Amino acid sequence: MRSFVIFVFLKIKLILKFYKMGLKIIVLAKQVPDTRNVGKDAMKADGTVNRAALPAIFNPEDLNALEQALRLKDKYKGSTVTVLTMGPGRAADIIREGLFRGADDGYLLTDRAFAGSDTLATSYAISCAIRKIKSFDLIMAGRQAIDGDTAQVGPQVAEKLNLPQITYAEEILKAEKGKILVKRRLERGVETVEGPLPCVVTVNGSAAPCRPRAAKLLMKYKHAKTMSEKQSQSEDYIDMSTDRPYLNIAEWSVNDVETDDKWLGLTGSPTKVKKIENVVFQAKESKVLSDSDKDIEELMRELILNHTIG
Amino acid sequence: MNNVFVICEMDEGKVADVSLELLTKGRTLANTLKCKLEAVVLGHKISGIEKEIIPYGADVVHIGDDARLAPYTTLPHSAVINGLFAETKPQIGLLGATTMGRDLGPRVSSALVSGLTADCTALEIGDHEDKKAGKNYKDLLYQIRPAFGGNIVATIINPDCRPQMATVREGVMKKEIFSPNHKGEVKTIDVSKYIKPEDLVVKVIERHMEKSRVNIKNSSIIVSGGYGMGSKENFNVLYDLAEAIGAEVGASRAAVDAGYAEHDRQVGQTGITVRPKLYIACGISGQIQHTAGMEDSAMVIAINNDVNAPINKIADYVITGDVMEIIPKMIKFYKKNSK
Repeated sequence: MRSFVIFVFLKIKLILKFYKMGLKIIVLAKQVPDTRNVGKDAMKADGTVNRAALPAIFNPEDLNALEQALRLKDKYKGSTVTVLTMGPGRAADIIREGLFRGADDGYLLTDRAFAGSDTLATSYAISCAIRKIKSFDLIMAGRQAIDGDTAQVGPQVAEKLNLPQITYAEEILKAEKGKILVKRRLERGVETVEGPLPCVVTVNGSAAPCRPRAAKLLMKYKHAKTMSEKQSQSEDYIDMSTDRPYLNIAEWSVNDVETDDKWLGLTGSPTKVKKIENVVFQAKESKVLSDSDKDIEELMRELILNHTIG
Repeated sequence: MNNVFVICEMDEGKVADVSLELLTKGRTLANTLKCKLEAVVLGHKISGIEKEIIPYGADVVHIGDDARLAPYTTLPHSAVINGLFAETKPQIGLLGATTMGRDLGPRVSSALVSGLTADCTALEIGDHEDKKAGKNYKDLLYQIRPAFGGNIVATIINPDCRPQMATVREGVMKKEIFSPNHKGEVKTIDVSKYIKPEDLVVKVIERHMEKSRVNIKNSSIIVSGGYGMGSKENFNVLYDLAEAIGAEVGASRAAVDAGYAEHDRQVGQTGITVRPKLYIACGISGQIQHTAGMEDSAMVIAINNDVNAPINKIADYVITGDVMEIIPKMIKFYKKNSK
C-alpha cells in the first residue's frame, strides 16, 4: 500500500512537472536593415544603396517566431519566453521590442570578437549562449533574415546543440508531454511533423503575424536597459533598475559565454567575401512611349506582327 | 580524387528539375576542374533512378534506397550525407535551394564545418590570392549571389574548408542533357551504416501536396505587378490582360508581401526565375531582387509612373503613365488588331 502511495505521488509530481512548469522558450531574433522598402532616398545618385537611410528593424520572420512562442505561453501556463539576439549594442532595441509584445526577458550577445561572422560562426556563438542559458524546452527563430536570406542559422544552431530541427513551420499545434506537433509549409503543400522536445523550430513568414505592442508592457519595460546603456545614463535610471530587476537586460560579451576563439568571427567563418559589387543598372536602349491611344495601339500591333503575342 | 557532388532531390517519384539543372552546371564545373561529377540520391523505392541522372553527365551515382529516407526528414538524410562526404571528400557539394535543400544544406555544412552559400545565381571556378596570409588558392568555387535585399552582388569563397557548398534555386541554371549515351557507375550506399535510431525522432504524420495552380515558369508571356499596383483589386486588370493575350500573372516580392498576389507567383531572387519571350512589368520599380529573376526575358515592357524607375533601364519599351489606364487600352487594342 505504501509503495502504491509513493508511486501515485511520483506520478502526480511527474504530471505536475509537465503541466505546471510550462515551457521555457528561447526566441532567436536579429536586428536587420529594412531592405524590403528601399525607397528613392535610399538609392544614391550612382545607383548604389545608402545604408544609412535604411531603418533597423526586428527581422520580420523572427516576429512570426515570437508570436508562435507567445501563443504557447498563452496556452501552457507557467511558460516563459526569452529573446536572444546577437549584434551591436543598439540591438538591445530588439529585446525591448520583444518585452513590449509579451516576452519575459532577454539576452544581448555583443562583442567585437563576433564581428565578421558568417552563418556558421554566428551559429556557434549563439549555441554557446544557449548552452549558458542552459535550461530550455524549445528554441524558435524566423526561417531567415531579410538582410542575407540564407535560412542557415536555425539549422546550424540545431546541429551545434545536437538537437533535432523543424524548419518552415507555419503553426505549432501542440507542445506537451515532451513532444511537439508542427505544421510545416512546403513549396507545394503542407505537412505535419512530430518531434521531441527540446528541439529547434524555424518559423515561416506565412505563419500568423506578431501581436502588436501592449500599452501596459510598453510602460513597464520602457526603461529596460543593458549595462552599457545604463552607464551612459544618469544615476536616476541606475537606481530605478535596482528596485525593478526586470529592467535589466542581460548583456553578454565573449567572456561571459564559453567559447573557443578559433570558431569565432572571421577566423571561425569558412566562407569569405571575395568581392562585393554594388548593383548599378546598365542602361539598355529603350523605346519610350506615352500613354496615348496612338502609341499603345502601335505597340500592340507591333507585338502581334512580330508574333510576340497572339 | 576530390570530385563535384550534386545532392539530388526526389519530386513525386522523379528527380526534381532543380537537381537536373545542378547536374548540368556540375558537369561544366567538373570539366573545368578535370574531375568527376558524382550524384547522390536518397529515397525509397527508387531503383533505376540512375537512368534519369546519368544522361546529365554524372560519372558516379550513389543511391541510398531505404524506407527511413522517405518521406524526407532532416536527420536520416544528414547522417547519410555527412558519412558519405566524410569518406568521399568532395571538393564541391551542390543542393537545390528548396525546402529540403535549405533544411539539409546548413545541417551538413555545420557538421562538416564547411562553408555554405545560399541561393547562388552563378557558380564559377577561379583563383584567389590572400595577400595578408601570403597564400594563393587555385580553382576555388566562386559562389555568386545577390545580398542585402538584392542591392549588392557578393562573390563568396571557401578557401580552406571542404566541401565548398552552395544551394541554387530552381530555374536559375539551365537544364541540358550532356549525352544520352554517357556512361556512369552506380554505387549503393549502405544506409544502415550511417543512420542511428535517434535520427528517427522526427516523424511525418501527414502530408498534403497541392498541384501547383500557377505555372509562371513555363509561360511564354508574363504580366507582372509590383507594389505600385496599389491594391489586390487593381491586380485584376493584370489578370484581364493575361487572359486576353494568353499570359500568366507574376508579382514582385513587395506585391506578394503586401498581399496583392499569392506567393507562388513571385518572380525574383527569392521567388521564381523566368525567361519568357515577353515580360510586362507593371508598377514594378525593378530592384535587383526582382530583376535577377526576369532579366533574361527576350523582351521587357515596363509600365510605370516613375520615369526614373530602375526597371526602365532594362526594358525594351517604357510606357510612362497610369497602369490602370494603360492596361485596359492594351486589352482594347490587342482585341481590335488581333482579329
